[in-house]
Amino acid sequence: MRFVFKRSYDADIKLFKHRPQALWYLALLAVMLALPWIIDEFFLGEATNVLIWAIAGMGLMLLVGHSGQASLGHAAFMAVGAYTNVNMMESGIPFILSLPLSGIIAGVVGVIVALPVLRLHGIYLAIATLAISVLTEDFIVILEPWTGGVIGLVAPPIDLFGYEMDRYGTPTAFYFLTLLVTLLVLFAYRNLLRAPLGRAFTALRDSEISAQAMGVNIMRTKATAFGLSCVAAGLAGALLGLFAGAFNHETFNLVLSIQLLLMIVIGGLGSIHGAFFGAIVIGFLPQFIAISRDGISNLFGLGSVTIPGIESGVFAVILISFILFEPLGIYGRWVKIRTYFELFPFYRKNMFKRQKSYLKTERMR
Amino acid sequence: MSLLTLENVTLRFGGLVAVNNVSFHVGEGEVFSLVGPNGAGKSTVFNLISRFYDPAEGDIKFEDKSILKMQSDQVPSLGIARTFQNIELFEQSTVLQNLLVGRHRHRKSGLLAELFFAPKVRDEERRHRAVVEEVIDFLELQAYRDKYIAGLPYGVRKVVELARALATEPRILLLDEPASGLSVEETQDMIFWVEDIKKQMGVTVLMVEHDMNLVAAVSDRVLALADGKELAIGTSAEVQSHPAVIEAYLGTGGRIGDD
Repeated sequence: MRFVFKRSYDADIKLFKHRPQALWYLALLAVMLALPWIIDEFFLGEATNVLIWAIAGMGLMLLVGHSGQASLGHAAFMAVGAYTNVNMMESGIPFILSLPLSGIIAGVVGVIVALPVLRLHGIYLAIATLAISVLTEDFIVILEPWTGGVIGLVAPPIDLFGYEMDRYGTPTAFYFLTLLVTLLVLFAYRNLLRAPLGRAFTALRDSEISAQAMGVNIMRTKATAFGLSCVAAGLAGALLGLFAGAFNHETFNLVLSIQLLLMIVIGGLGSIHGAFFGAIVIGFLPQFIAISRDGISNLFGLGSVTIPGIESGVFAVILISFILFEPLGIYGRWVKIRTYFELFPFYRKNMFKRQKSYLKTERMR
Repeated sequence: MSLLTLENVTLRFGGLVAVNNVSFHVGEGEVFSLVGPNGAGKSTVFNLISRFYDPAEGDIKFEDKSILKMQSDQVPSLGIARTFQNIELFEQSTVLQNLLVGRHRHRKSGLLAELFFAPKVRDEERRHRAVVEEVIDFLELQAYRDKYIAGLPYGVRKVVELARALATEPRILLLDEPASGLSVEETQDMIFWVEDIKKQMGVTVLMVEHDMNLVAAVSDRVLALADGKELAIGTSAEVQSHPAVIEAYLGTGGRIGDD
C-alpha cells in the first residue's frame, strides 16, 4: 500500500500521481519504442492496428465513458477521416496537414450531426447514431466522385518532408507515425480530463440537471464532446485507410461501429486504460481465433475447417460475459487485482460493491 | 435592497396551478425561508428561479433585472447557486472534482488551451483549487476530499452539495431542504453553517425547509405556501401561529372535543 503525501495543489494536477507510476509508463513507452526490433513485421503490423483501434477507442471513450452519450455511429466519422485524408493527399496537400485536417473535418461533421441528434437520450440516441452508421455505406456509394463508389480508394504513399513511407514498404516508419498520433491524442485526452471542460463532461454524464445548475451549457458541452470524439475517430480513420492500403464502403460498415462500442465496454468504460485494453482484445482476437482454430484442426486432424460466424459468436460471448460478470471491463478487473495485492491480506470481496456501469442507455430515459 | 424578486408568478402544469400568483422579495444579506405542506410549490419556486420552468405569468428579477430571458445554465453566472432536494451530485467523481465543477462559471480557458493544458489553465486550476479548499475547510470536508460520492453516507452528501453550491461563490444560495434526512446533530451543524454563510460570507440564503427548528433558528423572514398560494409572511413565530398556516397543516374543524 502506497501513501502519497500531497504537498501542493499541483499534486492533483500532475499527469502522474507519483514517481514510480511515471517510471512504469516510461518503461512502457520504452518498450513501445523498441517494439520494431523486438517483434517481426507481421506482429508489428498487428501492433499498429491495435494502436489505430486505441485512437478510435479513446475517441469513443471520451463520448461514451466520460460524457455518457452512447454512439453506434463512429464508423461514419472514421470514414470521413479516411476519405478526406486520401482525397487531400491526392490533391497535393502535404500529409503533415492532411492528417490533422482530416481529423478536424471529421470533428466538424460530428458537431453538425450532434446538434440535432444529441437532443435524444439513452437508447434513442443509440438508435439515431445507428441510423447514421447505416446511412454511411450508402452515402459513400452515392458520393462516387470523391469516394470511388463501390470500388473504393487506394491510399497513396505518405510523403513526410520528402521521406516516403507506406505500410508495407516501411512498416517501422508507419508504426512510429501511428504511435506518435496515439501519444498526441492520449496527451490531449489526459489534459482535458484535468481541465474544466473534462469535468463538465463527467458532470453531464452523472447529472445533467445539476451540471446545468452549475453553469454548464448542456447542448454546447455535449456537441463539444461529440466533436472531439469525432476528431479522434477521424484521425483513426485516416490512419486505418493508410493501413488498409485500399478501402471502400464495406470497410466502414455497421460492424465496425459495433466493434468500437464493444471495444470500450470490454476494456472498461470511463477509463483511458479501457480504450487500450479493449483495443488489444479487438485487435488481436481475429488472429487469436484463426491461430487457435488451426491449432485445434491440426490437433484432431480435421484439415482446414471454417466455421462461419465464429468471430461474431466469440465477440458476443465475450461481451455478454463482461456485462454480466465485470461491468467495469478489463480495467475494472485489473484495478481489483492490483488492490488485492496492495492490501494483501486485507482485501474484502465486496470492496467494489458500489461500482456501477457508466453507460447511460440502461437508464432508458 | 432587494436581491431577488418574484412578481405575481404563476405556473400551470395543464390544469394544475403549481404556483399561483406568488410574490416575494429576498433582501441582500437575508435568510428567507419557504415553508408549507408537501406539494405546496416550494421546490417549483426554486425550479422557476433556476429557469428549469417558464412561468405562465409574472416576472422574476435579480437586482431589478428580469432573468426570464436567460437560459438555466446562464443563471449561475449571476451568482445564484442551488442545491437539490434529492441530492444531485456527480456520483462517479470525487468530492474534490464535484466542488471543482462548481467553479465552472468562473472558467476562462478555451478548448485549445485546455487540450494542451497551457500554463494559464494550470494557474486557473490552482486558483479554483484554493477557493475549493476554503469551502472544504469551512464545511470540514477534509476527510472526504478524495472519496467518491458513490461511497459516501447521505449526511455527508448533503454537505458536499452545499459545498459545491458555495464553491460557485454565489451571492444568493438556494437551499432545497438542507436538513431533510439529517440527524439531530447534523441539523445542528447545518444551523451553524447557514448562520455563518450569512454572517461571515455575506451570502443571501433562500431556503425551503420542513424542519421548523432550523427555520426558526436561522430565518429572518418566512413565507408559508399551500397549494401554490401564499398563506402568510413574517417572522417564523408569526407564521407558525398564523391561523391559515395551522389550517393548511392540520385541517379545519378546530380541536377534538370542541363543538
